[in-house]
Amino acid sequence: MSEENVVLKIENLKKSFGDKEVLKGVSFEMKKGETKVIIGPSGTGKSTLLACINMLVVPNGGKIWLENEEVTSAKNLNKIRQEIGFVFQDFGLFSHLTALKNIMIGLTKVKKMEKEAARELAMAELKRVGLEKEASLYPAQLSGGQKQRVGIARALAMKPKIILFDEPTSALDPELIGEVLSVMKNLALSGMTMLVVTHEMGFARTVSDEIIFMENGYIVEQSSPEEMFKNPKNQRTKEFLFKLNELYGE
Amino acid sequence: MEKIWNIAVKYWPKLLEGLGVTMEMTLISVVAGFLIGIVLAIARVYGNKFFYGLSTVIIEIIRGTPLLVQLFILYYGLPPLGVNLSPFIAAIIGFAINSGCYQAEYLRGSIQSISGTQMKAARSLGMSKTEAIMQIIMPQALRRVIPAWTNEFIYLLKYTSLAYIVGAPELMAQAKFIASRNFQFFEVYLVVAVIYLVVVLLFTKIFSILEKKVEIPGLEWVR
Amino acid sequence: MWVTLQITFFTLGLGLVLALPISFGQIYGNKLLKAIIAVYEKILRSIPELVILFLIFYGFPRIGVRFSPFAAVVIGLGLRSSAYQSQVFRGAINSVSKTQMRAARSLGMSNFQGFVFIVLPQALRIALPPWTNEFTIVLKDSSLAYALGVTEILRQGGYIIATKHEPMIIYLTVAVFYFVVTIVINKSLGRVEKKLAIPGFDVKETVR
Ligand SMILES: Nc1ncnc2c1ncn2[C@@H]1O[C@H](COP(=O)(O)OP(=O)(O)OP(=O)(O)O)[C@@H](O)[C@H]1O
Ligand SMILES: [Mg+2]
Repeated sequence: MSEENVVLKIENLKKSFGDKEVLKGVSFEMKKGETKVIIGPSGTGKSTLLACINMLVVPNGGKIWLENEEVTSAKNLNKIRQEIGFVFQDFGLFSHLTALKNIMIGLTKVKKMEKEAARELAMAELKRVGLEKEASLYPAQLSGGQKQRVGIARALAMKPKIILFDEPTSALDPELIGEVLSVMKNLALSGMTMLVVTHEMGFARTVSDEIIFMENGYIVEQSSPEEMFKNPKNQRTKEFLFKLNELYGE
Repeated sequence: MEKIWNIAVKYWPKLLEGLGVTMEMTLISVVAGFLIGIVLAIARVYGNKFFYGLSTVIIEIIRGTPLLVQLFILYYGLPPLGVNLSPFIAAIIGFAINSGCYQAEYLRGSIQSISGTQMKAARSLGMSKTEAIMQIIMPQALRRVIPAWTNEFIYLLKYTSLAYIVGAPELMAQAKFIASRNFQFFEVYLVVAVIYLVVVLLFTKIFSILEKKVEIPGLEWVR
Repeated sequence: MWVTLQITFFTLGLGLVLALPISFGQIYGNKLLKAIIAVYEKILRSIPELVILFLIFYGFPRIGVRFSPFAAVVIGLGLRSSAYQSQVFRGAINSVSKTQMRAARSLGMSNFQGFVFIVLPQALRIALPPWTNEFTIVLKDSSLAYALGVTEILRQGGYIIATKHEPMIIYLTVAVFYFVVTIVINKSLGRVEKKLAIPGFDVKETVR
């Protein structure tokens, strides 16, 4: 694996829970600085796919590479997970730690960084998501949008090669979605490699380089946003986009 | 094993008699404790400063001291003051007061878990405070407190064993009597342990079936 | 008086030392281990403390181990306490949401790190109030040592009465002792609780 600039490469990835096959052979790759959006109906395996990428769920078949390292055969998964950021739908903030400490703990405990250096970096990341004032608040004292921005800052602080977002805004009240999306947009513009499961079509259209439509454990179609929205090749893609438009229509 | 069996066979009337007393004490105490508990809980939640203070002090003192000490005060402390209680009566009074204070706290938790709007709604219909407590709040609170209450029954069932120390003729006392005759202390207490185990498990089972039967949607239990 | 406090501390300590592995076993163990622990807890919770004490005091000499009454009390009450404390810890650990561990792993923490840095600090906060409660229960149960002839405070009171004939005053004094210690325990652990308090962690329960 030595193709220039490929950060993530996934080849024929398969995953079953019991006799239920959720991922039936998924392949794609991501170059440095790219943002890709995954869309698809509920229960298609989008979350499972993301969880497989950093081995929070262990796949049954296929291969994953992070740059030159094969994730699927890696000895030290914890090392690899540091290099893959993960942003959860339900934020995943540690309830007993302040916003600042939430970011610091990965740096001090996992990366073994000095406390002061960690604090500085954490503070900088909080600033980046516009929350330096909220540094000493606990998750229970933050709004949903603020929580998710802390979640993003926490992932960022680990200096990952790629960040995976699993429906980062779908647990938020409509008026809070914007602040999170704008943080993500800036992130994409700054050159971060991002794989985002979302149904925010505005974001997909303006920010992403490619949209992947998944259904029933397969990638049905993948193309640039213009392509995808103007003339989807697959009938199913058409129907799904039509439905999305009705649901979230802008 | 054989020894144990022999004890069960030879002394079952005595053991049964003891178990009878144990059950009797448990039942009387739990019911009397329930009445005491209701009064204390209502005083603590709805009472004026005086009743609130009084019930709080009683509850905290009883819950802050061992049951055994309370029994000693009733059984050994009172006679010099001219009050002579039989072991059985002294034990039951002790259990009832002790249990009443714990039950009061369960009830209080239950009452307080019922939203304040229930009270407001009742008053808005023109009910007096007392009527509202009796007609609206208590029926809900009592239903929610059932699991805590069944736990309390099991606790008392076990704690009545303390009564033997002041000489009430319950199961432990019978065991001691038997053991002092045949000197097979371990075997005798093993039999007693099994009896308690069976009775406790039996009641636990019965209660859990009953709880399911009387559950009302939306009025889930507080544990 | 010291004997009463000693019994309380040793019992609580023994209970704690046993309860932690028991609660881990109950959460992370295999089916067989879980079943064994469930039976252990059920039995110890269903038999009166007094019976447990007698079984230990009279039972162990049968296998050649003779305990002093004091030791028998600590072991008996300690075993019982372990059954309660393990439930407290288990409940607390289980009440920390599974997603917390998942988030920890996503940062590259090992299972062990996730448990120590993320799950445990939350679980301990949740466990503190019921644990305080268990502390006071053990204190009160230490009076059962009376039945095995240990000279704890209640029996000491009895000895004084034998010469002074003032049972009411003496036993009330004993009661005051327990009451004061209970208050001290509640207040100081309550202070610890306040110190560790975090928004979003205000769990309160009344358990006997
Ligand atoms: N741990 C698991 N055990 C068993 N089945 C699972 C597990 N995780 C996911 N599944 C199943 O796998 C399928 C895909 O789930 P997944 O969460 O990946 O879907 P999704 O595309 O993210 O859907 P959604 O849009 O609802 O989030 C679902 O049918 C789900 O029930
Ligand atoms: Mg999902």
